[in-house]
Amino acid sequence: MDFTLSEERQIFKDTAERFLEDCYPIETRHNAASSPQGFDRDLWASFAEMGIVGALLPPDVGGFGGEGVDVAVVFELLGRRLVVEPFLATGVLGAAPLVLAGSEAQRNGLEAVVAGERLLALAHGEPTSRYGLSEVATRAERTADGWRLTGTKAVVLNGDSADALVVSARVAGAPADEAGLGLFLVEGHAPGLVRRGYGGIEGGRAAEIRLDGVPAEPVGEPGSAYPVIEAVVGRGVLALAAEGLGLMEACRALTLDYVKTRTQFGRPIGSFQALQHRLVDMVLEIEQARSSVMLAAATLDGDRLTRERNLSAAKHLAGKVGRFVAEETIQIHGGIAMTWEYAAGHYAKRLVMLDHLLGDTDHHLERFIRLGEAA
Amino acid sequence: MDLRLSAEEEAFRADVRAWLDQRLPAALRAKVTGGKRLKREDYLAWHALLRERGWLAWHWPTEHGGAGWTPIQKHLFEEACVAAGAPRVVPFGVNMLGPVLIRYGSKEQQDHYLPRILNDDDWWAQGYSEPGAGSDLASLTTRAVRDGDHYVVNGQKTWTTLGHHANQMFCLVRTDPSAKPQKGISFLLIDMDAPGVEVRPIITLDGEHEVNEVWLTDVRVPVENLVGEENEGWTYAKYLLTYERTGIAGVAYSKAMLQHLKRVATDQKKDGRPLKDDPFFAARVGRLEIDLMAMDIFNLRVVAAAGAGKAPGVESSLLKIKGTQIRQEATDLLRRALGPYALPFVPEQFDEGWNEEPIGPDYAAPLAVQYFNMRKISVYGGSNEIQRNIVAKTMLGL
Repeated sequence: MDFTLSEERQIFKDTAERFLEDCYPIETRHNAASSPQGFDRDLWASFAEMGIVGALLPPDVGGFGGEGVDVAVVFELLGRRLVVEPFLATGVLGAAPLVLAGSEAQRNGLEAVVAGERLLALAHGEPTSRYGLSEVATRAERTADGWRLTGTKAVVLNGDSADALVVSARVAGAPADEAGLGLFLVEGHAPGLVRRGYGGIEGGRAAEIRLDGVPAEPVGEPGSAYPVIEAVVGRGVLALAAEGLGLMEACRALTLDYVKTRTQFGRPIGSFQALQHRLVDMVLEIEQARSSVMLAAATLDGDRLTRERNLSAAKHLAGKVGRFVAEETIQIHGGIAMTWEYAAGHYAKRLVMLDHLLGDTDHHLERFIRLGEAA
Repeated sequence: MDLRLSAEEEAFRADVRAWLDQRLPAALRAKVTGGKRLKREDYLAWHALLRERGWLAWHWPTEHGGAGWTPIQKHLFEEACVAAGAPRVVPFGVNMLGPVLIRYGSKEQQDHYLPRILNDDDWWAQGYSEPGAGSDLASLTTRAVRDGDHYVVNGQKTWTTLGHHANQMFCLVRTDPSAKPQKGISFLLIDMDAPGVEVRPIITLDGEHEVNEVWLTDVRVPVENLVGEENEGWTYAKYLLTYERTGIAGVAYSKAMLQHLKRVATDQKKDGRPLKDDPFFAARVGRLEIDLMAMDIFNLRVVAAAGAGKAPGVESSLLKIKGTQIRQEATDLLRRALGPYALPFVPEQFDEGWNEEPIGPDYAAPLAVQYFNMRKISVYGGSNEIQRNIVAKTMLGL
C-alpha cells in the first residue's frame, strides 16, 4: 500500500503549487471573478501552458494525466488558491463526455482544450431537476439536416463563455427515465441558442440556456448516454470534493494564523482552550474529508458500484465538513471574516456553495445508502 | 401551570395584528419579505407609522412617551410585526440609548434627546467595538481627554451598523487609562457632524454596505454629553447590552423563516415530488421546528419572569446562544432547499424597481445571501463564545 504520489506527479504538483502561489494572489482572483467572463483568459492560457488543464485529460487525447489522482491533485491546489478559472466546466464536465464517448474528430478537438484555446461546458441540469441525473426534459429530434435540440438548461457552470456546450437531451422516454438520453455537442454560436449569464455568490459564473431547435452533433450513441453522464458527473464530484479539501486547508491555515496573532484579554486568542479544541476538531474533520477524497480518487476507474459509492461518500463528507469548516472559520475569526476585504469569507462562500453543485450532502448520503443496498 | 395567553393579552395581540393589517404598506411589506434592500426612508416611514400609533417606544415607560407595555405585550408586539413582514425598528436610538438615558441620563439629556429619538430627529449609531477590542470590549482604547468644557476624543470604532445614516453616536471612550480596564470607561454622546469624525464603509462578504468604521480625530465633545458619571460607562454599556441581547434571540424571525421554509420546500421538487416529502430534508425541518418550539417556551419563561419583576440576567446569554443557532440553521435550510438555484447572485435585483425575470424561482435570490449575512448574529452583540464565558462564570460559578 502506498499513499504517496509518483515522483512525476509530485514534481508536477510542486511546480503547479509554486506557480499558483506566485501568480494568483487573492486580488488577481477578485479581478478575474468580477470581469464580464468571470475569469482571466490570459491566466487560463498560462495555466494551460503549465499543463494544469492537460493534467485532467488522458494522453490519448493530448493530455498528461486524466486519472482520479490527477483530478484530485489539481483540484486540491485550485481550492487552496480559490481559483475561479473554468477548470471544472472545461477540463472535467465539458471534456469528459468527449473523452469517454466522443468520435475521433471530437476527441481530436480536445487538443485545443489542452492548449487553453477552447472552452467547454456541460449543460445538463434543468430548472426542476435539482440533482437528479436522469431528469432531462430537453428533447433531441433527428431531422433531415441532423439533430435538433429544444429545451431549457439551468445553472450551467461557465455556460456563458464556453466555445462549445455538451448538452444532454432526451431522444425517448419519460422525463426521469435513465434510458433514452443522449449527449450532444453544440457550438456556442449555433442558431437558436440563447444564453443568459450571471455571477454566482461564490465568485463563479453560470448561465441559463434556452435551446430552440439548435443544431447539434451526437456524442456517442443517442439514447444510451446515461452511464456516460453518471461517469462524467462522478469525475466532477471528485473534482469538487478535492477542491473542497483545498478550501478547507486554506480556511484552517487562515484561522490558525489568526488565533496565533489576534490578541484579546491580553493574550493570543489561540491560547484559550475553548478555541484550541475547536481547531483540533476542524483538523480531525478535514482529515476525514481528505481520506474520503483519496479513496474516491483511487477507485475512479474501478467498477461502477465501488466508484460511485466512494464518490458519494466523498461528496457527502465534503458537504458536511465543508459547512462545518466554513462556519467555524468565520466564527473563530469573528467580524473580520464577514468582510469583503479579508480572504476567509470568500473561501467560506465557495466552500459552502460547493454543496449546491452535483448533489448536496443529503443527496449523496441517500445515494450512498442505495448503492450499498445494490452491492 | 397554564401556558395560554390571558383574555387581555389575546385582545392586545388581535389589536396589533389588525393595525398591522391595515397600516403596514403593502410595498414595504413586499420589500421586507422579498429580501430587498431597505433605504433610510423605508425605516423612517415605518417609524412614523409606529409613532403615530404611539408604539415606537414600546421599551419606554409612559412618562417619557413610551407604550408602557408589560414584557409579554412587548413580546407579542414584536412577534406580530415580524410575522406581518414589517421592517425592524432601527434599535440604536429607541431601543438602546433610550433606556440608558431613562435610567442614567440627566434631566437635561432626557428632555433634549428622548423627544428627538421619538421624532427621529436624530439617527443614532453605536460606538462600542474597536479593531483591537471586539470580544474583549473592555480593552477599548479610544481616548477622551478633558480640556476645559470639552472632552477631546481620539480613536477608531468599527462595525458601526448603519453609521452612514447616523448624525449622532453613543460611544464608549477611555477616560482613565490607569484604572482597571472596566473602570476607566465613560459613555459619551458624540455629534457625528463635528469636525474630526469620519465614516468609512466596510463592505461585507455579501457585497453589502451595512457596517462602517468611524475614525475620531481630535473631536471636541461638550462635557454635558457625558452620560452618568465619568469612568462608570461600563455599567451603562452592560445595561444596554442586556437589551441588545434579548432581541438577538430572534424567536419571531425564526418562526417567520420556518413558515417560509415550508413554503419553499413545498414548491421545490426532488425526484419530481415536493422536497418537503424527502425524508432527509423533512428530518432537518422537523428538528428545527422542535428546537424552535422549545426555544419559544424558553423565551416565554424569561418574558414571564420579567413580567413578575425579575430582571433578565444570565438567561439572555442562553437565549442568545440558542436563538442564534436556530436562526442560522433556518437560513441554512432555506439555502439548502434551493439546490443549484442557491448560486445565482445578481445584486441589482435587491434594488427597488428591478423588474427583470428572476433567475430560478422568484424567492431564490435572497436566501444564500441571508445565510452568509446571518453568520454575523453569533458574532455581534457579544459573541456566542463570550456568552458562554458569562454563563460559565455567573450561572455555574466556574
